[in-house]
Amino acid sequence: MQVTHRKFQETAIIIRQEEIADNIYSMWLRTEEIAEAATAGQFLSVYCNEGSRLLPRPISICEIDKKDKAVRIVYRVAGKGTAEFCKMRTGNQLMVVGPLGNGFPRKERKAFLIGGGIGIPPMLQLAKELRCEKQIILGFKDEIFLLEEFRRRGKVYIATEDGRAGTDGNVLDAIRENGLTADIIYACGPMPMLRALKEYAAERRIECWISMEERMACGIGACLACVCRSQNRDAHTNVKNKRICKEGPVFRAEEVDF
Amino acid sequence: MKMEVELCNMTLKNPVMTASGTFGSGEEYAEFVDLNRLGAVVTKGVAEVPWEGNPTPRVAEVYGGMLNAIGLQNPGIDLFIERDIPFLKQFDTKIIVNVCGHTMEEYVEVVKRLAGEPVDMLEINISCPNVKEGGIAFGQDPRMVEAVTREMKRHAAQPVIVKLSPNVTSIADMAKAAETGGADALSMINTLTGMKIDIGKRKFVLANRTGGMSGPAVHPIAVRMVYESAHAVKIPIIGMGGILTAEDAIEMLLAGATAVAVGTANFTNPRATMDIIEGIRNYMEEYQVMDVRELIGAVHD
Repeated sequence: MQVTHRKFQETAIIIRQEEIADNIYSMWLRTEEIAEAATAGQFLSVYCNEGSRLLPRPISICEIDKKDKAVRIVYRVAGKGTAEFCKMRTGNQLMVVGPLGNGFPRKERKAFLIGGGIGIPPMLQLAKELRCEKQIILGFKDEIFLLEEFRRRGKVYIATEDGRAGTDGNVLDAIRENGLTADIIYACGPMPMLRALKEYAAERRIECWISMEERMACGIGACLACVCRSQNRDAHTNVKNKRICKEGPVFRAEEVDF
Repeated sequence: MKMEVELCNMTLKNPVMTASGTFGSGEEYAEFVDLNRLGAVVTKGVAEVPWEGNPTPRVAEVYGGMLNAIGLQNPGIDLFIERDIPFLKQFDTKIIVNVCGHTMEEYVEVVKRLAGEPVDMLEINISCPNVKEGGIAFGQDPRMVEAVTREMKRHAAQPVIVKLSPNVTSIADMAKAAETGGADALSMINTLTGMKIDIGKRKFVLANRTGGMSGPAVHPIAVRMVYESAHAVKIPIIGMGGILTAEDAIEMLLAGATAVAVGTANFTNPRATMDIIEGIRNYMEEYQVMDVRELIGAVHD
């Protein structure tokens, strides 16, 4: 399902930024063309202003406001690059390239939208775009974020690892505890969660779409850093792996091995 | 102002090309840069058959640079000839194909397959630090460098550029060995072998443990090696290693490079090659340099 999207290199302006949970930041960026071209599940390459940090940070798009030409990213401070971003204020500029990769397909079937940890943000834009019965299942380690915004988009179930709210456990525990069923799964989150969902979907023969993550360099498909193993020989690479930044980050779960 | 340079009896419209492995075959970057404006596109290394490359993580950022251990993943020469060369032929730029292999026979096979193809030059990669056989194993012994070069020249229809490794005691000896073997030009430097450790997990960051270091932090090493080699051989040198800006490119020309290749900078700014070409032009205007060739090797004792 290789679709070629237009990509843009732009200097984006920060509209506003806030810390929405411990070490998790929400940033709205004004773009020229990126917002107009973007869909749920795609990501941005965000470049550091500090010259010693050469590689862009791939960050998934949390929300798109086409009218206002704005995109929102919600990210965790995980290193020096994101630590630089989180100190930026309204009016500051960041070089961004996007929208990158292929987003989620949108099918009108009873769906699970599943996010785990910092994989939760991209599910918000998907929840906005999908026109179907949506059961949103969010897995948190501890602190809860974006909950009210998801509640406006569908029925939300949460799981927390420390048991502070919702189901005590992970997203699959929440599905079981609430006796939920679906015809299609969309998911983004840590690898163990995606692995469990792939197995869950295979057992029940449910269509399952997952968003993968890997360390990237170019972000546009040239350097072959961010590949994942694939079930079949990929048409572009001519070997059994796929570029996450280009053919992904969203894949049919059975397409990829991880 | 003249931006053209001569390389292997061909005229490049300017001295700026792409560094192998950072630019694919140009298709992805064509959305950001006009390939027609490049002096040449140097493709990612291609082998006789498809290679899957190394496990991930394959890249890590380090201060002022990055490590990569892609492991020369490539689609193989058949698909490359069918898809990548026709793509590049649409543009008015020189095509330089980087050739890799595990054994001498594999290199020869690729060189032979390219003999009838519309490519302008071959760059022989005997310096990749991330594959166990071939690659750097051929590039750290001057006798091997000479032997591989001679064998490539015997089969090549196009000029042969030998890409040298900096992971050697004397780069000048390697440059001389390639020249003795009949190389038409040299590319230097490939990446420096490095390592990064995650102190939280107490693990290597790269799945391959080691990786090739590139980026601005290696630039002074590359300038020194280009300078030493330019004084050791008569054949032209394509200088690369941490060129991020026009200033870095000009430095490389002044050290003795006839052309330059831009690699890691493409990751930092997809339009880096265009900015560098523009920056060289601005420098030439500012310093009244009428012909870019005046800069080549202009700094010496």
